[in-house]
Amino acid sequence: MLAYSLRRLLVAIPTILLLIVACFFLMHFAPGGPFTSERPLPPQVLANIEARYGLDQPLWKQLWDYLYNIVVHFDFGPSFKFKDRDVNDIIAQGFPISLTYGSLSFLVATAVGVSLGIAAAIKHNSWIDYFAVGLGIAAQALPNFIMGPILILTFTLWLGWLPGGGWNGGQWQYLIMPVIALATSYMGSIARITRSSMLEVLNSNFIRTARAKGLPTRTVIWRHALKPTLLPVVSYLGPVFVYVLTGSVFVDIYFSTGGLGQAYVGSALSRDYAVLLGVTILYGALTVVVNLLTDLAYAWFDPKIRY
Amino acid sequence: MLGKSQKAAHLAEEITDYTVIQGRSLWQDARMRFVRNKAAMASIFILGLIVLFTIIGPYFAVWNNEEIDWNVMGDVRGMGMPSIETGHYFGVDDLGRDLYSRVIQATTTSLLVGLIGAATALIVGTCYGITAGYIGGRTDSAMMRFVDILLAIPATLIIILLLVVAGRSFFMLFIALGAVGWLTMARIVRGQTLTLKNREFIEAARAAGVSEFTIMYRHILPNLLGVVIVYASLLVPEMILTESFISFLGLGISEPYTSLGRLIAEGAGTMAYGTLWQLMFPLTIYVAIIITMFFIGDGLRDALDPKDR
Repeated sequence: MLAYSLRRLLVAIPTILLLIVACFFLMHFAPGGPFTSERPLPPQVLANIEARYGLDQPLWKQLWDYLYNIVVHFDFGPSFKFKDRDVNDIIAQGFPISLTYGSLSFLVATAVGVSLGIAAAIKHNSWIDYFAVGLGIAAQALPNFIMGPILILTFTLWLGWLPGGGWNGGQWQYLIMPVIALATSYMGSIARITRSSMLEVLNSNFIRTARAKGLPTRTVIWRHALKPTLLPVVSYLGPVFVYVLTGSVFVDIYFSTGGLGQAYVGSALSRDYAVLLGVTILYGALTVVVNLLTDLAYAWFDPKIRY
Repeated sequence: MLGKSQKAAHLAEEITDYTVIQGRSLWQDARMRFVRNKAAMASIFILGLIVLFTIIGPYFAVWNNEEIDWNVMGDVRGMGMPSIETGHYFGVDDLGRDLYSRVIQATTTSLLVGLIGAATALIVGTCYGITAGYIGGRTDSAMMRFVDILLAIPATLIIILLLVVAGRSFFMLFIALGAVGWLTMARIVRGQTLTLKNREFIEAARAAGVSEFTIMYRHILPNLLGVVIVYASLLVPEMILTESFISFLGLGISEPYTSLGRLIAEGAGTMAYGTLWQLMFPLTIYVAIIITMFFIGDGLRDALDPKDR
């Protein structure tokens, strides 16, 4: 297990480095830089600006400096658009917000989804099952950018219960709608995966044996059926965590929560490549780490897997 | 020597009568299971109605999707609501354009995006996965490592990057959607190919001197189709969802063309002014498409892959 974890970690590091290099070149060859404006700058001024950001260096030198600064100083360099802020500031400001409501929606989606799925499977073909399946499918068809307007319409415009947007230091009134908007569709998927997995487990031989030897249903489900049921769910949770974090792109725009998604879209549209690159790398690295954790959790959960 | 008895003749007839017991192929079986699935059949019917609406709908439109109704434009809230008299069956949008025509155009776009995106992912992913799985060894691990790295970058970020870097266009949108969709498909196909390629019938084909390419094309591919079709049918709504997301950010299709995601975004932006129809019409059609697609995908999975319920 330890050897496997180390080996996976060794693969993860070059993956992240490759990701940085790939994104670096992609951005570099993109047409239209951050300094192209309606009125072209005089070449001397442009040369000065480029020297200021080190863009006059040969490409390999730029890449080397960039990598060196990230690895040694954890510094993503200055923003091209905001003269007084660098990429680290922007990430430090937005990421905690995205992480807060992202993790909350992840917890909500997992807790509600798994409970719904299990309830549906235990009461297979009853009204609970049909209700859960219907809810799951409806929830899946409502991704965060659809849920956003629906929630604001209901709770802000019609009922007037909740503020329509803002962050305000993460008070609960401001958290509810972003969390529900993000969680809904994943909750649906998790519920459906849990249900089908549980049904399969409940039909398997070892559950029949457990029932045959007279165990109460509760013990059969909690002690025997739950762990194998959660296997496919766990492998789906890793990607969901990443989706929930990157899904903040929309929630930030819609609820003006000020998370990292706002910075990402803003920088993409204003061609602030430094910020774009920094956020992409952060998300990519997070994805790699989460995938690693998922695989480890999977190995821990499933006794059949040997490495 | 046996005499010609009636019984013997009857027996002989029964033995040679091949029509009595006819084997059902996998596909006939699947079709039967699918037809019996009520939710899936109802979904096909509703989806058919939506497609019919995009085909026949334009003939009833009074306004086209680019025309601005100047009479209504000044007071969209008061005069732009859905009505038969003005010819704006679904009302008008914020700029006074007919929402009915725009919804038809948007629905067509979203359906096309779903189908073409899924088809791109299907073709690329299948070719890649079969090649990697069948060749195996070093080539396989190199090809799959590449997929793993691409999978590590969040899909929406890849699409946003591609669209920002290469510029927005219809073509680019399909490329970008296909570029993220094929990865999972390639993994699934490769896994299936690995389990298939050591089976006896492949060995038999090889012993009979069939070329490697023909084995891949004639013997492995048809056995993959069930899984691939099921996954592709689930990809269609995913593609529509992703495109809507991209359009919502304003990076998708550009005006005067529109997609459902874009219309929903516009409707959501103006709902505070009391023009709710701008949100409700595109939203209803959108949710209907996604839900029916899910049911059809589920039905296909139950029909083609009965053990995976």
